[in-house]
Amino acid sequence: MKERSFIFRRLTDLLVRIISALAALVGLFFLGWIIYIILARGAAAINWEFFTELPAPPGMPGGGLANAIAGTLAMTVFAVLMGVPIGMMAGVFLSEFGRGSRLGEWIRFCTNVLMGTPSIIIGVFVYVVVVLSTGNFSGYAGAAALALIMLPVVTRTTEDMLNLVPDALRESALALGAPYWRVTLGVVFPAAKTGLITGTLLAVARVSGETAPLLFTALNSTFWPDSLNEPTANLTVTIFNYAMSPYPDWQAMAWGGSFLITAGVLSATVLARGILWMRSKNR
Amino acid sequence: MMEQRNFRLLGAKGPQETANIAWSRKPEIARSIGPAPSGKPSSKISSRNVNFYYGDQQALINNNLDIAGNKVTAIIGPSGCGKSTHLRTYNRIFELYRNQRVTGEIFLDGENILDSGRDLLELRRRVGMIFQKPTPFPMSVFDNVAYGLKMHYRMNRHQMSERVEKALRQAALWEEVKDKLDQPGTALSGGQQQRLCIARAIAVEPEVVLMDEPTSAIDPVATAKIEDLITSLKENYTIVIVTHNMQQAARISDFTAFFYQGLIVEFGATRKIFTHPSNKQTEDYITGRFG
Repeated sequence: MKERSFIFRRLTDLLVRIISALAALVGLFFLGWIIYIILARGAAAINWEFFTELPAPPGMPGGGLANAIAGTLAMTVFAVLMGVPIGMMAGVFLSEFGRGSRLGEWIRFCTNVLMGTPSIIIGVFVYVVVVLSTGNFSGYAGAAALALIMLPVVTRTTEDMLNLVPDALRESALALGAPYWRVTLGVVFPAAKTGLITGTLLAVARVSGETAPLLFTALNSTFWPDSLNEPTANLTVTIFNYAMSPYPDWQAMAWGGSFLITAGVLSATVLARGILWMRSKNR
Repeated sequence: MMEQRNFRLLGAKGPQETANIAWSRKPEIARSIGPAPSGKPSSKISSRNVNFYYGDQQALINNNLDIAGNKVTAIIGPSGCGKSTHLRTYNRIFELYRNQRVTGEIFLDGENILDSGRDLLELRRRVGMIFQKPTPFPMSVFDNVAYGLKMHYRMNRHQMSERVEKALRQAALWEEVKDKLDQPGTALSGGQQQRLCIARAIAVEPEVVLMDEPTSAIDPVATAKIEDLITSLKENYTIVIVTHNMQQAARISDFTAFFYQGLIVEFGATRKIFTHPSNKQTEDYITGRFG
């Protein structure tokens, strides 16, 4: 029996460490680069008018994206109102009432498929089902598309978070003679509260950057949205249109919009992280 | 032949591989147990021909056991012998899991609780349960104790406070928590949490309290408190306790059942089981001569 070379083993270890660290750094580097460019180009476009005024025609000074900001916010709120309750109830079914059942297996499978469906296909679907049947593009259609994208994310997050709650807690509540639905709402949900909030925030962050599904549904508009029953201005499609335009001042607006969305997604993610961190500290 | 097959299903080594270790032999049923008694049982809880299955695996084999009212009955035996499984049939809590099922009859005051029409909420009000790890709900100390009460009774805030205080006093916890009823139950120490769970269980005034290794996750001082508590609870409740700790069984129980590989090998007065066990395997287990 011969001893393996000590130096050789140390070198291999070092090599693997360096390669994996480099790989991690590459990912970080590009994230940093993206944020740098958006900050550098976008921050310049952000001013008071950006939040308060309607878009100006190319060449005109001033103007802002107030309508797109309002439209994006309104559609996101409606998407949350539609997608989150249904998604959470579906997650409850998967984790509680339908656990281990064949129906549950099927629903989980379909949810995964829906989650993997490209968002442009969701957009086309809502276009056919809602836009064509109502006869016009609308903010509601846009919100429906966003809700459909959120639905599987919320469902699976809810299921995962509820699965983290130990069965002993369910058993204890059931053993007191509580019906299952009250155990779910009164004991399991509060125990998973922070995780559920985090999951919802991440789902919002996920849809707030979607462009493709809105192209076919909410379309866009240069006017203030009176109701969601008409084509509704939104940040992502505006960025798409302005960034493609030949006018430097529109391109600057697109950078500003990108900056705003990035800041929103980033703060939602940081907030979610913060909530999780607070929870682990309280334990 | 039948028993041999069950033996394999339980995942034990075949008898031929371990024949030289007395302990690993197939369980012998003491003659004192005999065949299942017939007629209507008079005990608080009586199981008759209870078999239990985890999917295809049989975990309990023809269990017959009589639990006397207002006494402490201990269930002992090595890990995986079916102690907890047996206990968990008494309030049908195992039904949370889809692949678990039971056959046979379990009588509570002469009524078969395994009848399909049986109201589980009512059964579980009458048969409470304490688990191995303390499981305070994510709510205040007060709300923890009030949780079961709210499920079964309509009462005003004042009546509720009285019942909560009474339960906490019975669980010997009142003095320690009376100034922090608003704090989360999870903020208490482990031993206090377990007594909180006991208070929560007895607040609904059950007739039977099942305890599944209630002190195995708790330090010795807190364990002593809980043992005292169990002895004092005997006055009002019938207690069935699963324990790994044989000194604990000897200290607090009136009757002891010894389980091995899903069978009830021996059952009798605790004093007798611990001094003159009639079965070799029981003796080997309680004297620590096994595996």
